[in-house]
Amino acid sequence: MLELKDITFQVEDNGADKEIIRGVSLVVPDGKLVVITGPNGGGKSTLARLIMGIERPTSGKIFFNGEDVTEKSVTERAKMGISFAFQQPVKFKGLKVLDLLRLASGKRLSVSDACQYLSAVGLCARDYIDRELNSSLSGGELKRIEIAEVLARASKMSIFDEPEAGIDLWSFNNLIRVFESMRKNIADSSIVIISHQERILNVADEIVVISGGKIDRQGAKEDILPTLLHSSAVVSSCAKGEEGV
Amino acid sequence: MKFDEIQLRLLEEVADLHGVPEGAYNIRSDSTAIGRRSTEHIVITPKTEVSGIDIHIAPNTVNESVHIPVVLTKSGLKEVVYNDFYVGEGADVLIVAGCGIDNCGNGDSQHDGVHRFFLEKGAKVRYVEKHYGSGTGAGKRILNPVTEAYLEEGAEMTMEMVQIKGVDDTVRTTVAKLKANAKLVVRERLMTHDNQKAVSTYDVILEGEGASADVVSRSVAKGDSFQKFDAKITGNAPCYGHTECDSIIMDNGKILAVPGLQANHVDASLLHEAAIGKIAGEQIIKLMTLGLTEQEAEEQIVSGFLR
Repeated sequence: MLELKDITFQVEDNGADKEIIRGVSLVVPDGKLVVITGPNGGGKSTLARLIMGIERPTSGKIFFNGEDVTEKSVTERAKMGISFAFQQPVKFKGLKVLDLLRLASGKRLSVSDACQYLSAVGLCARDYIDRELNSSLSGGELKRIEIAEVLARASKMSIFDEPEAGIDLWSFNNLIRVFESMRKNIADSSIVIISHQERILNVADEIVVISGGKIDRQGAKEDILPTLLHSSAVVSSCAKGEEGV
Repeated sequence: MKFDEIQLRLLEEVADLHGVPEGAYNIRSDSTAIGRRSTEHIVITPKTEVSGIDIHIAPNTVNESVHIPVVLTKSGLKEVVYNDFYVGEGADVLIVAGCGIDNCGNGDSQHDGVHRFFLEKGAKVRYVEKHYGSGTGAGKRILNPVTEAYLEEGAEMTMEMVQIKGVDDTVRTTVAKLKANAKLVVRERLMTHDNQKAVSTYDVILEGEGASADVVSRSVAKGDSFQKFDAKITGNAPCYGHTECDSIIMDNGKILAVPGLQANHVDASLLHEAAIGKIAGEQIIKLMTLGLTEQEAEEQIVSGFLR
């Protein structure tokens, strides 16, 4: 279970303090898939990075399974069981897909085990396992490999920062299946997805709307989703699909 | 032939050897050949006027290898060795060289290996050279390899040159001349640390139509070390040349990359790329999200980069 208590986050902008997150309190219970949505620039991605420890809050506390992790490093939080899929996957010259999957799983995965994670995200594993994670891979491929790494970590809490950004329609359909499958096998773990996509919101148990650095509203998908449809905060999959094609 | 512990460790580092290799070999330890074997197609003979060996590889010799590792374990030893490889038409062989220096004393130990390769028409060589230094003495470990390659029509040479650790001072000089349709591929991996210095100079001349050269160096400079990568390709015919220097600097490391391209023919196509920079912060953070510490993340990134 993750708990944010009155989190604020300020950055300096042209000499003045700018508040990106303004007093957010939030609970993500075990066994739930929570989608955080809202307009661009509202602070969603910042919130995800605060949970992972990539950014540190200006004030407030973060608890993970009852333990205060506010001062803990990214590494410590990762070891405690928090995973993070980046919005823009990071490229590495020389490191291969298999290397990253092995690092993610924390063990010397066999090639066939590693391949299962790639197959789960719709990649033909043997074509990718030995590829370097460099610019020879497309944005969609990198994104799917990023998600495969989170699957390989099999952690208590998985955070996905705009998993749909930069991927094509075919990958998007696959992505939805990945999240549906994760949702089914969630057991005592939890998932947080930052997204604008209606079809991803549809997979959620709960939806949190962040706007202007604050929680605008939150609740069960059935209650929140109807209030979001046709608003600027949500992109329908159909429109996205046409772009993708 | 028996090896002591230091010899064995150095041989493993520079030539992946755990004992006497298959095929032809010449193993040199502290200026003496401690083992040599010729085969039916590969004949190794010692030079008479200078230190070194001649290696004659018969035409059409395929799937054979030559190992010529060198180890230095005595402090203060300095040597210059000349090895000449004559590779017959149509041969396709693997040549593994390499030098390991263990210096626990106060005198500088130095091995300057001059390797010349003469590849006849259509000959193919994969040349692997690893350099390694160890030992805690104040004496330096110095390696100044000179590699010359002369490629006849359609000959191909791939050089994998690796120097990852422990060599204090190195000046690498590589010279190549390529006739028509000959091909040279160089993959250099270099890491320097502490106060080490490494200079790597290439002078590749593409003389014949259809000749091509692809010289790529990946390097990491840590500590207070300094590296210079100076790669020049000259195109005298319709040809293709590419050099690339891709480097990571850490701590107070310094790297100088000097591009050099000279086109003497209107259809010579030459390209140089160079990029130097520190490890991207996002790469470290990404690996930390997988549970690695900052230091472990750096090690993974560097070892992957130099793979």
